[in-house]
Amino acid sequence: MPHSHDIATVAIHGGRSLDTHASSLIFPLYQTGTFVHDAVGVDKGFSYSRVSNPTVDALEKAIGALEGTPPAVCFRTGLAAEATLFFSLLKPGDHVVLGEVLYGGTIRLFREVLEPFGVHASFVDSADPSNVERAITPQTRLVFIESPGNPVLRLTDIAAIAEITKRHGLLLVVDNTFLTPVLQRPLELGADISVISTTKYIDGHNATVGGSLATHDVALAERFRLIRKTLGSIQAPFEAWLTLQGLKTLPARLRLHCENAQVIAEWLESHPAVARVYYPGLKSFPQHELALRQQRSGGGMVSFELDAPSSTAIAVLNAAQLCSRAESLGGLETLLTHPASTTHADLDHELRAHLGISDGLIRISVGLESPTDIIADLEQAFSAAGCPTHAEEATHEIR
Amino acid sequence: MKFASKLIQFDAAPGDRFRPTATPIYQTATFEQEHADRFGDFDYSRSGNPTRKVLEDHVATLEGGVRGFAFASGMAAITSVAHTLRAGDEILADSDLYGGTCRLFTRVLERSGITARYADAGDLATFAARITPNTRLIYVESPTNPLLRVLDLRALATLAHAHNALLVVDNSLMSPYLQRPLELGADVVLHSATKFLCGHADVTGGVVVVKDAKLAGDIAFLQNAEGNALGPFDCFLLQRGIKTLKLRVDAQQRNARQIAEFLAADPRVDQVFYPGLATHPGYELQRSQATGAGSVLSFTAHSVEAAKAIAERAKMFQICVSFGSIHSTISLPGCMSHASVPPEIAATRELPPQLVRISVGIEDAGDLIADLNQALTGADVVATTSSSLAQTEAR
Repeated sequence: MPHSHDIATVAIHGGRSLDTHASSLIFPLYQTGTFVHDAVGVDKGFSYSRVSNPTVDALEKAIGALEGTPPAVCFRTGLAAEATLFFSLLKPGDHVVLGEVLYGGTIRLFREVLEPFGVHASFVDSADPSNVERAITPQTRLVFIESPGNPVLRLTDIAAIAEITKRHGLLLVVDNTFLTPVLQRPLELGADISVISTTKYIDGHNATVGGSLATHDVALAERFRLIRKTLGSIQAPFEAWLTLQGLKTLPARLRLHCENAQVIAEWLESHPAVARVYYPGLKSFPQHELALRQQRSGGGMVSFELDAPSSTAIAVLNAAQLCSRAESLGGLETLLTHPASTTHADLDHELRAHLGISDGLIRISVGLESPTDIIADLEQAFSAAGCPTHAEEATHEIR
Repeated sequence: MKFASKLIQFDAAPGDRFRPTATPIYQTATFEQEHADRFGDFDYSRSGNPTRKVLEDHVATLEGGVRGFAFASGMAAITSVAHTLRAGDEILADSDLYGGTCRLFTRVLERSGITARYADAGDLATFAARITPNTRLIYVESPTNPLLRVLDLRALATLAHAHNALLVVDNSLMSPYLQRPLELGADVVLHSATKFLCGHADVTGGVVVVKDAKLAGDIAFLQNAEGNALGPFDCFLLQRGIKTLKLRVDAQQRNARQIAEFLAADPRVDQVFYPGLATHPGYELQRSQATGAGSVLSFTAHSVEAAKAIAERAKMFQICVSFGSIHSTISLPGCMSHASVPPEIAATRELPPQLVRISVGIEDAGDLIADLNQALTGADVVATTSSSLAQTEAR
């Protein structure tokens, strides 16, 4: 595939695996556990589906094409990708620096699994790169960041962090789940490894769970495959097949996700019930300039704070009719979450406040419904929860 | 190779470079072509699909035919066979036929000028008398559903061929493991693959196997022209189910025999219809043309009320249409699977309203018998109470 092709073309044709048997336009689903060997020790590159599978290979080539790397390495879930990544690279006594605005599952992976194995972690505000540099010790092996960070979309300057990690001989890992290589290119900004929960935008239909790791370093990818085989964390053939089908519309879907998110963010910003909106595509976003520099768009995730207690935020979610109350993100359906009581409930109040996760914070994964309908649903939900409305505001002004 | 080996020993992925043990699912609508003016082996999934081909070849081998076809349902399979006929042709069918087949023959085919006649194929002389110069197909099930009458397939094949007609046998109740009609002289064997072939009640499908290459060409043409072929994912599931056909049928049949004996000895049951019982009039004939009696049986309760109460009180037998899966099921054919029989035909069929059909699964036989026993006890009380109530009211 020549480099001149647009990402929309790459999503459909890049890394496409051809079925040489029947020339099937769609790559077949190899729903098989094992493969017959031609002779003892002689196989056609596939021996057992825990090691590799032709359909999973096809997905890996396609994700690799999007990332601009050799084939990616795919996993059962995003967390399986992360766990395999850490077990591939770390040993007891090693230290990791992580951005503090991070998916809760990654934090739990460190607290519950890696720390008992003797791996140490420091969580820092990576929005200021000097914090990352200060946290580095002689035992540090890698830096792991998420940008935009979940849920307040705090950005990290990937190129600035990459400059630091290179100087210290460390690996930089970026979780690019929120934007995908279509909207942000961490590896081109200097990161060594890109992690994606393919469950989100890559699949895009809320139909599968999965994860991927991509890197230009072929030896590193082989290490991931070895540890994946050892841990048994490979993606399943049917999930890989569905993801492969979903991925083809990724650029088209993202364009609409972003358009809708921008409209909704602007509407929220003008709403009297809303104290604050977090969306990198808004001029008011404190890191808007950085967003313009390292992202192609604001993305499909919007968070906002109600000027109200936790109970009102929960009431808004419960009153929503079109938008669904559900975890996950990046699918066709608009989903609402209340991080303080769900995804980040096990953090203490002080830490939540430090991370910007207020009681009134609501996160929206903006779907592909009409933004007019999403707005109408939010408006009625605000109203049902007793939030001030535009009409009331207008009345106040007249008085 | 013995049948048990044939179920397992087949090429799951002919020509596939990776040699997977399970057949790849070609979930694709179309295939790229090397040339603009001629097609490769596959061009469009309605016409042919690699996953479907593995299944079709496998069922052809199991039934001993030259070519197999997989369809979206048993009815789609029957429809394709029926559509080899043309206006003016006639079908002579046995009178104890699955309701849906009867509905197709009478309500649908008659619109295209094809006539279906029904007669008792157990009485060969009377049956033969209904053959006309236009009779093209003789169509039977054996054992029949739901009365488990056993028909002489060899004699019916001879009769059909003497009149230049084809014998079509619906083998759904037996599966190729117990009975292979093509070896007995039939020309076409078909299945609701939803039943024993699948065995897990998770696919709706049908198959046709023929032993004549010309007829095979005609069915292939219709399968493509009418667009009724089974989808790739269902083909994969069906293929997966077929591998355990023998294991399932052996276990089901062992259970069925014990249940039939239990019911036959129970005074709360009037009559048991199961060709595996030596008292069944078709017992010897069944032994001569099949290797077992299967696991579907029926019986008559004392009354319709009792029949309904038995079905509703049985806890391990789910009330379901369909049969042949690993789960035990129970139904009242008169108001369920055979309710689609046109009334004028139903009137000529002796289908007792108090008939209960059970399809025996692979649960423990002791548990199944205990469950039927408690259902019969409860039903007996209900039936007695309702009949004494009726008497009170009459007074």
